[in-house]
Amino acid sequence: MAHNTQVQIKTKAEFEYERHHNAVHMRKQVVNFAIMIFLTFVAFASVAAGFSKYFVVPVILLLAAVQVVLQLYSFMHMDDKKTHHMGIIQTFVWSGVLIIFPIFVTFLTIIWW
Amino acid sequence: MSSVAVSNKKGFGAVFWDYLTTVDHKKLGVMYLLAGTLFFAIAGFEALLMRIQLMVPNNDFVSAGLFNQLLTMHGTTMLFLAATPLLFGFMNAVVPLQIGARDVAFPFLNSLGFWLFFLGAVFLHLSFFLGGAPDAGWTSYASLSLYSPGHGIDFYVLGLQISGAGTLISGINFIVTIITMRAPGMTFMRMPLFTWTTLITSALIMFAFPPLTVGLFFMLVDRMFEANFFDHTMGGNTIIWEHLFWIFGHPEVYILVLPAFGLFSEIIPVFARKRLFGYSSMVFATILIGFLGFMVWAHHMFTTGLGPTANAIFAVATMAIAVPTGMKVFNWILTIWGGSIKVTVPMLWALGFIPSFVAGGVTGVMQATAPLDYQLHDSYFIVAHFHYVIVGGIVTAIFGSMHFYWPIMFNRALGEKLGVLTFWTFFIGFHLTFFLQHFLGLMGMPRRVFTYQANQGWDLFNFISSIGAILMAIGVILLVLNILISIKSKPLNCRDYWEDGRSLEWAIKTPVPFYNFKQTPLVRGFDPYWLEKHEGNKEGMTYAEPLSDIHMPNNSILPLIMSIGMFIAAFGALYHPDGVSWSIPVIIIGLGITVASMITRSVKDDLGFHVHVEEVIATEEQLYGKGGNK
Repeated sequence: MAHNTQVQIKTKAEFEYERHHNAVHMRKQVVNFAIMIFLTFVAFASVAAGFSKYFVVPVILLLAAVQVVLQLYSFMHMDDKKTHHMGIIQTFVWSGVLIIFPIFVTFLTIIWW
Repeated sequence: MSSVAVSNKKGFGAVFWDYLTTVDHKKLGVMYLLAGTLFFAIAGFEALLMRIQLMVPNNDFVSAGLFNQLLTMHGTTMLFLAATPLLFGFMNAVVPLQIGARDVAFPFLNSLGFWLFFLGAVFLHLSFFLGGAPDAGWTSYASLSLYSPGHGIDFYVLGLQISGAGTLISGINFIVTIITMRAPGMTFMRMPLFTWTTLITSALIMFAFPPLTVGLFFMLVDRMFEANFFDHTMGGNTIIWEHLFWIFGHPEVYILVLPAFGLFSEIIPVFARKRLFGYSSMVFATILIGFLGFMVWAHHMFTTGLGPTANAIFAVATMAIAVPTGMKVFNWILTIWGGSIKVTVPMLWALGFIPSFVAGGVTGVMQATAPLDYQLHDSYFIVAHFHYVIVGGIVTAIFGSMHFYWPIMFNRALGEKLGVLTFWTFFIGFHLTFFLQHFLGLMGMPRRVFTYQANQGWDLFNFISSIGAILMAIGVILLVLNILISIKSKPLNCRDYWEDGRSLEWAIKTPVPFYNFKQTPLVRGFDPYWLEKHEGNKEGMTYAEPLSDIHMPNNSILPLIMSIGMFIAAFGALYHPDGVSWSIPVIIIGLGITVASMITRSVKDDLGFHVHVEEVIATEEQLYGKGGNK
């Protein structure tokens, strides 16, 4: 909001530190992005290669779980220690995962078509 | 905006406008309480009509169709539009005071939540005048509701969608408030139990309402645009509605009962004059109940043919909930045990609550046994069970807390004698009504029937049950009478009305000024007010900051306008399947109003206002005389 905008003057050292920090962060984002693309490729490849269904399904589910974690921690900034109440946010997110899991399993197993 | 003129008499119009635009949590609490009481009365009246119909066999007091409507509206109204807002009323009025906050985190959203709920509720009730109320039960199972003629179900879907959005908004608001706005020193493990249960309840709302929203949306497009989510002849699956409904519906039960637990956990230590026994286990049990509440929804569907494995898993999970609930019950008993007990009206309700709720819990475990549930399913035993839980657990909490918190909310006290009379009338009426329904169920009387044949052994019990319902109605009338009398009574102008208050809300002198605490209190331990009192602190609290300007939010009419927009759009959506020409324009106008007010809200900066120190001092003097809140 306009009424309390703060102008922060950084020292040279601070600026350099931030720059380095941002560069490291960016590298991490790119690496994670590459990993996620690779995992997606593996998923598609395992289907295309025509492996047994009992191999492909669990592998894809496992990859999906890894993707979720990467998504949350890398792109949705759940690894950011500086954010206020990060512990609480993590608790809520993982509680949500815990709650949705049995629902997910139920819809896959006991709802017939 | 800052009104120094607190005690100046305002005209009716000004007061009315003030309530339409208010963002003050205390006023919204009162509004929730009023709206909740209104819908409670309506739903109670519907129940009374049903009981009159069932009083004697082969009765024709109401028709079968009307009975179905009464039954649906009784359940829907009681759960969504009476119990929820009544509890929200207490949360609004009490929680910010308990944690030493000035208001909730998002006062504007608080107001929006109320108006969405209220207009959604009004929309649902207009169905009675516009061609018939919903008639497929409060669960509105798709196999019934998709084929229900008329607009009843559309009213149900749209009304609940709107009021559900309001509830969701309020829930998120409370999570943020409790996490971010606690006074200095109020750690999580120093929070009063009502604040804890409000937090967990709000989390449940956040996780449970989206499935309902999705379910209602599917139902809406099924009925409006002939989609086939639930139509098995077109490749849909009617069971999916049941799952979605109960994934919401079972946590909803805990959304209602957890705040009730919290309220009793406030009442019992005050009148047993002992610290709450096993505080940390109470917190743990609350969280555990919250989690387990999501793992058990299919126990409502044992007889749909989920298969023995699923039934066994859900049966065991359901029984597991009895453990944390049992912990709570024992903790309450052990709080009372050896205390110096004062049997006031709130305590009376608490003492009545424990055995009634335990009875409801025990029948719950009976139903959790899947094979036995095949016998009990859809019989009056179920009706008896959930009324024992809801009336014995939640309604007792609401009535007890009305007496308990009336001094804080209205600066008046409810009469003690009339209160005791209310309790006994209602309590006896309640057990008379529902205790015998267990046996009616075991004798084979199915639920949701509008009449029955004579000489099946059901006649006498049904008759007694109806008498009990009339007693309950008398009890409620006595309570309303008590409230009306209290309006005329003298203002209390005191602190700690019950003399044994423990948590922060009692440290503030009534009437509570609009900014709550003039200085944010410092919390030095669990039960902060009790602590300060016992160290001889006359002011009742230690302050965490010097007296300074207070930043407060501005009032706004926008929440009401936004909600009215949704209300109008709902009519367009409702009549759209009839092929009327005005349905699309009405939807567009309605949503346009909502979106326009959202844009106004976003573009126009509303930075609130400051109450300056002099104004604070002037307000305090006007409220409490010279010297202010000492």
